Amino acid sequence: MSGNRQSTRRIFLKAASSAAVTGTVYRVMLQPLHATPATLNSAIRNLVGEAPLRTGRVKLDIPPLVENGNTVPMTVSVTSPMTVDDYVRSIHVFNEKNPQPHIGNFHLGPAAGRAQVSTRIRLADSQKVVAVAQMSDGSFWSASVDVVVTLAACTEEL
Amino acid sequence: MASALINVPRRAKRGDIVELRALTSHIMETGYRRTAAGEVIPRDIITSFTCRYNGREIFRADLFPAISANPYLSFFTTATESGTFAFEWIGDNGFSQTASAAITVE
Repeated sequence: MSGNRQSTRRIFLKAASSAAVTGTVYRVMLQPLHATPATLNSAIRNLVGEAPLRTGRVKLDIPPLVENGNTVPMTVSVTSPMTVDDYVRSIHVFNEKNPQPHIGNFHLGPAAGRAQVSTRIRLADSQKVVAVAQMSDGSFWSASVDVVVTLAACTEEL
Repeated sequence: MASALINVPRRAKRGDIVELRALTSHIMETGYRRTAAGEVIPRDIITSFTCRYNGREIFRADLFPAISANPYLSFFTTATESGTFAFEWIGDNGFSQTASAAITVE
């Protein structure tokens, strides 16, 4: 009797796991062209490696509500004395839901005087944008902003 | 053909932190869009921007399709000596453009 119950359980588990697998496949097929929080995290991991990623020192300025995702003004500034001994080596900006997780990498040096970069970016959807700064001592600092986009970039046909 | 707009202060005091702004006209085609017929439009973007101050690199950017058309960049440097800022854009399909501006440091 008990053996019978076990086998029912086994059959159920098997069915459940195969459903989970097909579910995953289905989702991957549905969104082949979009970065996901997972690809965002792996892109950041690729940059940071094993080093700890701390929050702070970085300021990411993006309007929280964007009408046109094709040109979104963005400014990243990092608190740093910008001396030869202590400066911002690079600033990296990532997103969550564009086709690629990368937006731009900006390489600075002590000659910059002020660690601040502005540009205009595209956002394909309402999503999280993350800026990571690498300091001359090898530490990483970050900031993130959630942006709501009403007209998305990249979707229109020609 | 593409053209560049750069904005550099003409004069500065030694040690001043100056803002440099650069914009070039470029479609920055992402490679993710399709025509009405469903064909993918091939990627055509600027991938790299560099600014040199009297030959020394002071700022470099790797650009991705998520940068808007006609890429605009603003950044800072410390004015140390009179000379030139040389800007260079490099992109897909052999795209290359340069521009320069002089600064007098007192």
